Amino acid sequence: MTGVAIVGAAETTELGRIPHLSQIQLHADAALNTLADAGLKPSDIDGVATAGATPTDIVHYLGITPRWVDGTSVGGCSFMLHVRHAVAAILAGQADTVLITHGESGRSGVGRGGYRGGGGSSLAGQFEGPYGGMGPTTMFTIGVLRYMKDYGLTHEQLASVAVVQREWAGRNPRASWRDPITVDDVFASRMIAYPFHKLECCLVTDGGGALILTKAERAGDFPQPPVHILGTGESVETPMVSQMQDLRSSRAFRVAGGEAMRTAGITHSDVDHMMVYDAFAHLPIWGLEDLGFVARGEAGPFIAEGNTRPGGALPLNTNGGGLSYMHSGMYGMYALQESVRQMRGTAPAQVEGAEVSLCLGVGGMFAASGCIVMGTAATA
Amino acid sequence: MAELKPRSLPEPTPETQHFWDGTRAGEIRLQRCRDCGAIYFPPRPFCPECGSRDVEVFVASGRGSLLSYVINHRPHPSFDGPYAIAVVKLDEGPTLLSNIVDCPQTPDALVLDMPLEVVFAEQNETITLPLFRPANGGAS
Repeated sequence: MTGVAIVGAAETTELGRIPHLSQIQLHADAALNTLADAGLKPSDIDGVATAGATPTDIVHYLGITPRWVDGTSVGGCSFMLHVRHAVAAILAGQADTVLITHGESGRSGVGRGGYRGGGGSSLAGQFEGPYGGMGPTTMFTIGVLRYMKDYGLTHEQLASVAVVQREWAGRNPRASWRDPITVDDVFASRMIAYPFHKLECCLVTDGGGALILTKAERAGDFPQPPVHILGTGESVETPMVSQMQDLRSSRAFRVAGGEAMRTAGITHSDVDHMMVYDAFAHLPIWGLEDLGFVARGEAGPFIAEGNTRPGGALPLNTNGGGLSYMHSGMYGMYALQESVRQMRGTAPAQVEGAEVSLCLGVGGMFAASGCIVMGTAATA
Repeated sequence: MAELKPRSLPEPTPETQHFWDGTRAGEIRLQRCRDCGAIYFPPRPFCPECGSRDVEVFVASGRGSLLSYVINHRPHPSFDGPYAIAVVKLDEGPTLLSNIVDCPQTPDALVLDMPLEVVFAEQNETITLPLFRPANGGAS
């Protein structure tokens, strides 16, 4: 364990379509819910981290006087990196109580600021922009045919990722999509970017979430059971998916995941619950293999055979994931929230007896990764 | 058919100008490290393998193979109908993003590892893009 714990965690009051709230208010709604969850006021916070907005925006809007800020913005896993950085800051005495916020009007686009990088003179603008990419649907997905040929992943196995996650979403009243689906339903959904059908792509919704971290020795002062940070990792690889060292594997996943497991001092068999940021159906396959939970080429059959579904050996993406729960654009915060709920024992689809949760995030299109290992009081 | 809009075009920088001058001249210009021998892309005036600034530009073969792709089905203002966006592995080693032309944009026609050769598509007086087509004679 690191000696730091999550003592506050909450999402926005609503998720899905929230056209009556601007993006900064989604941050604030999540932050206020999280402060209430921890029994704190804004004046109790002395460190702030955020992405998609600047720490300055958040601090001013919420009325906080920080002595530590982190504006690391590497895409949807930025919040995993914030957790890692907050752990270090708290242990160094640079902050006592850190608030991490996310809010994104991904669907409604109300008060949405710009954090998109690169014009025509960036490397991506010069060497990827001219060829008709439509953002993540075409670029995040571009390595999958290579993986399928080399490792034998079938279209049915890829579709089964969406089917299994819908099964989890069916147990979650807050999930956007809850009706059961079959592999045939996935194949019948609209082709977005071959080989990806609509149901193999994430949702686009509005929402937010926030976390509060402090020293574990203070955790008894808060109303919720503490969730201990056992280990953390982070890395980045390339701003251009076409320049990945290997289209079939994420170097950032391997480095961040390996570091998180090493610092937590755990092995694969210690992990009771897992989240892998699923912007598209292949992400859990990459995550399971890059972190060594299964061998190369085995993750597709592993998921299709039911190992990650309710009652399976390795419950994965138990909120329904980006494919069925929600996806605002920077989904990492929602993966962290589900890990916290599972460690508190309050998840809608609670994994009985789960004591260790591993949460793997991605940023950009395999550009970045952050990984957090959390545990219950029993692990501390 | 509605008129297609021009593609989003690169804006060369001092470090990449030689590449875009090369495509205008009908050449793929890559870089090689004089110290460690690494061949790399995209352009930069030092070696990403060993950090040496002692690097040179050379003319590549323009031949490669189809490493991976998607076929985009959503409407794009610069493209007509479903079209492939591909990662091409050049024979010299580096990969680059491009489109595959002179070939049906279907999974049956776009076979992974098929040999490809560059074609140069002029976009305006300063920018020519490197696109790829199935190599003459099929299998390499």
